[in-house]
This record gives sequence, C-alpha cells and structure tokens, in this order.
Amino acid sequence: MIKKISALVLAVFSALVIARAVYAGEIIRIDGSSTVYPITEAVAEEFQKAEKGKVNVTVGISGTGGGFKKFCAGETDITDASRPIKASEVEACKKNGIEYIELPVAYDGLAVMVHKKNNLVNHITVKELKTIWEPAAQGKIMKWSQIRPEWPEKEIHLYGPGVDSGTFDYFTEAVVGKAQSSRGDFTASEDDNVLVQGIATDPGSLGFFGVAYYEHNKDKLKLVPVDDGKDENGKGPVLPTYDNILKGLYQPLSRPIFIYVSKKSAIKPEVQRFTKFYMKNGANLVKEVGYIALPEKAYELGLKRFEKGMTGSVFGGHGVQVGVKIEDLLKKEGQ
Amino acid sequence: MNKTARINRINRLYDRLFAAAGLLATLVGLAVLLVLLMDVLFDGASRLNYQFLTSYPSRKPEEAGILSAWVGTVWVMALTGLIAFPLGVAAATYLEEYGRKSRLNEFIEINIANLAGVPSIIYGLLGLELFVRLLGLQRSVLAGALTLTLVVLPVVIISTREALRAVPQSIREASYALGADKWQTVREQVIPAAMPGIMSGVILAMSRAIGESAPLITIGALTYIAFLPTSPISTEFPFISLKGLFEDFTVLPIQIFNWVSRPQKGFSENSAAGIIVLLAIALFMNGLAIFLRRRFAKRVRW
Repeated sequence: MIKKISALVLAVFSALVIARAVYAGEIIRIDGSSTVYPITEAVAEEFQKAEKGKVNVTVGISGTGGGFKKFCAGETDITDASRPIKASEVEACKKNGIEYIELPVAYDGLAVMVHKKNNLVNHITVKELKTIWEPAAQGKIMKWSQIRPEWPEKEIHLYGPGVDSGTFDYFTEAVVGKAQSSRGDFTASEDDNVLVQGIATDPGSLGFFGVAYYEHNKDKLKLVPVDDGKDENGKGPVLPTYDNILKGLYQPLSRPIFIYVSKKSAIKPEVQRFTKFYMKNGANLVKEVGYIALPEKAYELGLKRFEKGMTGSVFGGHGVQVGVKIEDLLKKEGQ
Repeated sequence: MNKTARINRINRLYDRLFAAAGLLATLVGLAVLLVLLMDVLFDGASRLNYQFLTSYPSRKPEEAGILSAWVGTVWVMALTGLIAFPLGVAAATYLEEYGRKSRLNEFIEINIANLAGVPSIIYGLLGLELFVRLLGLQRSVLAGALTLTLVVLPVVIISTREALRAVPQSIREASYALGADKWQTVREQVIPAAMPGIMSGVILAMSRAIGESAPLITIGALTYIAFLPTSPISTEFPFISLKGLFEDFTVLPIQIFNWVSRPQKGFSENSAAGIIVLLAIALFMNGLAIFLRRRFAKRVRW
C-alpha cells in the first residue's frame, strides 16, 4: 500500500517537473537589492514595452545577499546588487559553475538625517558617526551630549536599514570600518518608509538610508551634511547633492551599485537584448527614479565588457569597497 | 415575597447590563471596520477605474495598475481551492469515518490540530524548500497554490471533521439497515448532510488564504510582474492549457505591500485602491460560498 502510494506521488511530481521544463518560455528572472530595484524595474517596464510583450521580465526584491543566494544557485538570470560580490558568494557561485559579468549601473548616496526641528545638529563627522554606531556604543552612547558636548543632554534614538541589506553592509563598512559591525539597539527596518516615519516623528532621532528616498520625503526630514575630515574630498561638511556625489566629494557615504548577469543566461538572445537595453537607456531611467547616473563612458565600457563576456568582479570579490569614486570605477572597468 | 421580587429586579438589571455590554462590544468591532473601510475608500476611490484594473504595475503611480495582481490572486485561490478541498475532505472523512482508534491516528490528530496554529511563514519556508527547490517548480502559480494549500489544509480538515461529527449516528445506521456499505453510506448520506458545515470551513480557510502574503513572499513572489499566466482555455487544439500553472505570478497583498513601501504619494493611493479590489474579491468569494452552502443545505431533509 505504502509502496503504491509513494510510487504514485513520485510519478505525479516527476510529471510536474517535466511539464515545468517543457513550458519554460522566454522569461528573464531578476532578483536582489531593494536599492537597485527601482532602476531595474524601470528598465524592465520600458524593455517590455519596446519588445511589445514578447519577452517577460520579473524583478524581485530579496536584498543583495538574498539575491546572490538565488543567483549562485542558478535560479535567476540577473541579480541586483548594492555592493560588489563578496568572498562567500564568489565561492557559492564557483561551486555551482555560475560565472557572472559585473556591470555598474548608477551611483547612490547614503543620507544621514535627523528630526525636522532639530536645530542643534547641523553637521556631523564620520568619527562622530562611528562613536554612535560602533558595537561598543551599545547601551552606552544614549544621549546627544555624549557625542558632542554642545549637543543637548537628551536621548538619541537610531534608525537604519535591516541587517540583510547591502545598504547596512556599506554604512557599517564605511563608518565603523567593518561590514555588519554595528550596535544592535537601533530601530531596523527593511521598509524605508518605516524609517522615514520614525525619523520624522521622533525628536531625538538620527538615521540613514538612500538619498533617493530622502528626495521623496524632503519636507519631513532634515538632512545632515557629513564631514570625513579629509580635505581632498571637499573641505568641511558635505551634503549628498547630485553634484557632490558625482564629483566624489560626498565620501565615504556614496557608492556604485550594480547588476550581475549570469554568463550562462547571457547566451540567451532575450537576456542579451535586455542587458544592452539596460546599458543604452539606463542613464535616463536612473535619473528619473532619483539616482545618480554614471558618465556615458561607464555604460559604454559596461556594454563592451558584456559583449566580450568578461566575467568576474573588478573589486576582487571582497564585498563592500569604501571610497570608490566614479573615476576609479572607470579606470577599473577600462582595464 | 418582597425578597424574591428584589432578586428578580436585580437579575433583570444584570441582564440588561450584559445586553448593553454585548451591544457595545459589537459596535466597537463594527465602528473600527467602518473607519477602516471609510479611510480606504476615501484614499483609493479616485484611483479605482477601468484603467487601474486593466494595467500592469509601473514606476509611475498614475499609470500603474493591478491587472497582474488580481489575475494572480484569482489563479492561486482557484487552484488552492481545487487542491485543498478534495484533499481536506478526504483526510477528514478517513479520520472520522474509517480511522480506528490507534496510536498512529491519535498522533495524526494531535498534529493536525497543532498545524492549524503554525504561523503561515513557516509554511512558506517549507514551500520554498519542497515545491520551489526540491520539486523544481520554481516561483510558479502551482508552487504558490500548493504552499497556500498547506496553510489552509488543517483548518479545512478540522472543520470538515466537526461537520461530519454533527451528522446523527441514526442516519448512518438507517443507511446500513437498507443494505448500503460504508463507502455508499459516506458518499450518499454523510458527506451530503455535512456539506453546509464543510463549506463554512472552506470559506473561512480561503478567506484566510486570500490575504496571506508572508508564505508567498517567502517562496519569492515579491516581484514586479507585467504579464499574465497563459489562459487555461484556448481557441486552438487541445483547447485546455496547463502552461499558466508553471508561470510566474504575483498576488494582491504583495502588490499592495510593494506600493505601501514606496516613497511617492501616488502609490499610497494605489495601495488603497488595491485594498478595495482585494476586499471585493474576498467578498465575492464568500458570497459564492454562502450561496453554495445554501443550495447544499436545501437538499438535506430529514
């Protein structure tokens, strides 16, 4: 009896698997970073319009890390990433024989914000940010006055993206010096709207997330310029404006963001058309959704890398890289 | 005499007090629901039009629509119902009518009761490993429906068992007395008699499933999708296509969640309009199920 039932179950499921394989149509599967999502979504929308519905594109949001997991398992064709691939992911891809082509698509700045009515905090240094966010601060740095004596003796409340996001990886690497190294007692959310609400309604708040989100919520938040103490990146505190990020002055809190195309998928004509469309029309769409477009040259170089099928990461598979300016990126890409 | 009258008066007072408290409790629930509905209608009504229902999602809030989400929800719910109903009713019938009291059956019963209380995201993780990865169904309509089937199955089984138990023993005995065997009795008498109760259970379970987003997000349905699964009926031979089962999908709760988490104001209007569509589909499904229950209830005459 049990043998019969298990044989039946097995037969049904193998039929399903075969049917699934037969019915797989022209579809491009993309997943990954929520930061890159708006750009890829816009490209997918325009691409499908241009193809008049011949090719279907799906774009998921499972975070940079979650995206690489699926990508290296061969489940997706392209993955969105808000930081370069890191060693453990390189390893996972290698194990499954997945090679990838790395293409930078835009620049993003991380905005540091406080409550709208906070009159005393007008700029902050990277060192002060470290004092606030490093693991040793947990349970100890609880008041503004502990950071800078002229700030009030009031409680400070922190808001930031969840620990699975590439944004959190980048911020901790840039500020504390080690990715994922942070105090744990802050309000974390994968949903940036929750952070906007938190910072906007809490008079003792300080938080960070992508500049694109700040742009849409300007009226509710106060942006704080950041001073990295290095005069070559602009003297004194710098605001994450379009020009400052483009010129590489808003350091260390601006970074390139990427897509990774699987080499196996790059053989498919629809993936080729999509990637070329991305490189050719990306710049305009990047601006439209609130990010900073790379110079024309960067997209040309990307296209060249893709057409030549150059695999691997120009960052050597070490994950987050702090202080990569656009000209550095161009130099690396050009090699 | 005087004393009894006083006690009576006090009891009547308590009676009225309780009735008032009960009414108040009912009104609180209704008022909250009303405020919620008003709020959603107020925010979303302006976006609710033909264009919204027939467009795909877009990065521009005023061009975005909910077509792929509501079609996905209809697909997944229909499939979940088709799988969960026969499985659940068969399992309940076995446990109630055929299963003898044994250690194994007791173990199964306890587990089903416990499974009904398991958070749905756990089923999502199971679905991800079993259906998406192990069986290679990927993020398809079928994988989603099977995962939701897992979520609703315990509720369907438990309520079906209750309904079977409510059928009087005398009905079964009368059937046996007329020479019917067990399967005939179950098929012709017990299940039809229990059908209204079974339908109520299925309605409740499906209403739970339609709003579920956690298990579907876990299996990876949190996605921008601007196409529909292939229609099951086609004009070309063989007229029926199962292709849609294996295609990617999204559902209403996930599309709403996606819009809520966006910064532009236009998207919060879209999510409110999406909630109205979700409520309308849930209401329609419940209405249909109530209609079916009434029809089954009419057939039972003892």
